[in-house]
Amino acid sequence: MSDLLKSYRFREEREADWRKLDLILTRAENSGVKALTDDEMTALPRLYRQAVSSLSVARSISLDQNVTAYLESLCTRAYFFVYGARTSIGERMMDFLRRDWPSCVASAVGPTLLAALFLFGGWALAFFLCMQDMEWFWTFHGQSFFDGRNPDATVEYLRSTIYTEEGEINDGQLTSFSSYLFNNNAQIALFAFALGFAFGIPTAWLLVYNGVMMGSLHAVFWQKGLGYEFTGWLMIHGTTELFAIVLAGAAGFVIGGAVAFPGQLTRLNSARRAGQKAATMAMGCVIMLIIAALLEGFGRQLINSDVIRYIVAFSILGLWFSYFYLPRKVETA
Amino acid sequence: MNSTVPHTHGKVSAADVNAARLRRARLQEQIRRSKLERRLVTPEGAAIHLKLATASERAGAFMIDVAIQWAIVIATALGLSFAMMAMDSGSANVAWAVWLVFYFFVRNFYYIFFELGAKAATPGKRALGIRVTSRSGGRLTANSVLARNFIREIEVGLPFQFLMMGGDRVSGWMALLGLVWSGIFLLFPIFNKDKMRVGDLIAGTWVIRSPKTKLMGDISSSAATTTQDRFAFTPQQADAYGIHELHVLEDVLRQSTQDVKAQVALRIRAKIGWRAQPGETDIAFLEAYYAALRRRLEQRMIFGDRKTDKFDTR
Repeated sequence: MSDLLKSYRFREEREADWRKLDLILTRAENSGVKALTDDEMTALPRLYRQAVSSLSVARSISLDQNVTAYLESLCTRAYFFVYGARTSIGERMMDFLRRDWPSCVASAVGPTLLAALFLFGGWALAFFLCMQDMEWFWTFHGQSFFDGRNPDATVEYLRSTIYTEEGEINDGQLTSFSSYLFNNNAQIALFAFALGFAFGIPTAWLLVYNGVMMGSLHAVFWQKGLGYEFTGWLMIHGTTELFAIVLAGAAGFVIGGAVAFPGQLTRLNSARRAGQKAATMAMGCVIMLIIAALLEGFGRQLINSDVIRYIVAFSILGLWFSYFYLPRKVETA
Repeated sequence: MNSTVPHTHGKVSAADVNAARLRRARLQEQIRRSKLERRLVTPEGAAIHLKLATASERAGAFMIDVAIQWAIVIATALGLSFAMMAMDSGSANVAWAVWLVFYFFVRNFYYIFFELGAKAATPGKRALGIRVTSRSGGRLTANSVLARNFIREIEVGLPFQFLMMGGDRVSGWMALLGLVWSGIFLLFPIFNKDKMRVGDLIAGTWVIRSPKTKLMGDISSSAATTTQDRFAFTPQQADAYGIHELHVLEDVLRQSTQDVKAQVALRIRAKIGWRAQPGETDIAFLEAYYAALRRRLEQRMIFGDRKTDKFDTR
């Protein structure tokens, strides 16, 4: 057999190991790491290193296209498996809740304050403008009516919108209304995050706009002497929901700031680093908005006492603050 | 590298001109493709060549994914409405609520769910043999996957919203302006050399090709065993072609029809001046010549001499 090509003999000696690695990888890709036996797990690093060295040898001695292409794809797959993340979805979720999310939020206090300033600035602006002259309400809202909650409505009607009468509760409507609002708010939150890329300017606009909407509505109720009641109605879920929107805006500003002012880093690196942090915050906002929707759909309709509404609102806000900002033990991983 | 075409004194034949043109086109194509190649050096010090997915592959994968998403959403809507009809109509609101939340999660978490998996690719990406990886070559973190997919909202959602806006004169112009502005985000992958979306840029990822190649038999082995010494090519005959032609011949032997093989055999015989012996089949000749050519070229390569193609005469 001295007549065989060198590159063929090279292949013949190693082919069995390549195929073994291929088999292990295919199994792992299809049914997860758990499908591998202990023997396979211990063999994997050796087989991987061998395949990688085979690849560099093959490049320099073999002209068989198929062999080099095969090794190239085998090594790529093996590399991503060997050096890829192997934590399960459950572990990743626990990491997110225990460490990643609160630490990302806590490290973005500046952008959070900025976002809050825009949202509540818009709110205050609209509120005071409307208090002086209710015509402003129509300027802000045009023909959208908020279900008839406008300056022309009677006190009785407005009152009926913030309290649920006995026997009026319709489970179906509650859930559909709160799921609609969740959908809407969560999409806005993700939007505020994504728009951060355009230097955060559209994010600021989105925050101010939402603030103006709420502020003008607030003024309508305030003028009819329902300010205290309306605030309770709003705050029971609003502390969570508005906090979530502020944090989504903050996530947008984190990205916008990193793209606009990269500092020492390259713009690309700066964007990448900020993007990971901001995405964690945005994911957290979705979770907060789910909780807000539950509070809105059930808590608000079922609790009709102003005092209890305020208590619930502020205790939940307190919980969020302590979850995000209280210093926690640093885990050494 | 010698890029001029060898020709006889004085006159250049049309065939030579054509061959030179084809060769130039081939080399340009090679350069274009190598621009999409990135070297990843593993911690063991070996280099792996990653090929970036092209913008059209990305778009194709995205369309498949969108089709799947819509199929899921519509199928669920139909299923829920049938379930509602079977029960009573009072549950319509609940069904609507469930569907709405489901819609939100399909819209935003479809990509995230699949890209967090072991294959780091959505069904659409898998169909086209591409996957997401981290640009640094490190592990693909959950945060990166979240970031690159939440950003999709401005790349696809924003242009779509402006498109839907339309309306009278003023808002029409606004919509057009917005469409152009948001179009920058949508078309971002076309305008950078790494084919990154805005989401990739923010997340520190890119999308590479990861085709699964099958290991096929070595052609030279069958040539060596069956037709040991019926074919004895001279060194001049084995030097007639280069690596490019060897690879083309490999493709022909692995994939082509009998017809093509016969034609290729005819042309090679003519080029090297080989007279077909009685009882010699085209396949046997091609395999034997492939083995001889590869042996010759591999020998030269070991001595640091890569003969790229038949025009490469040194």
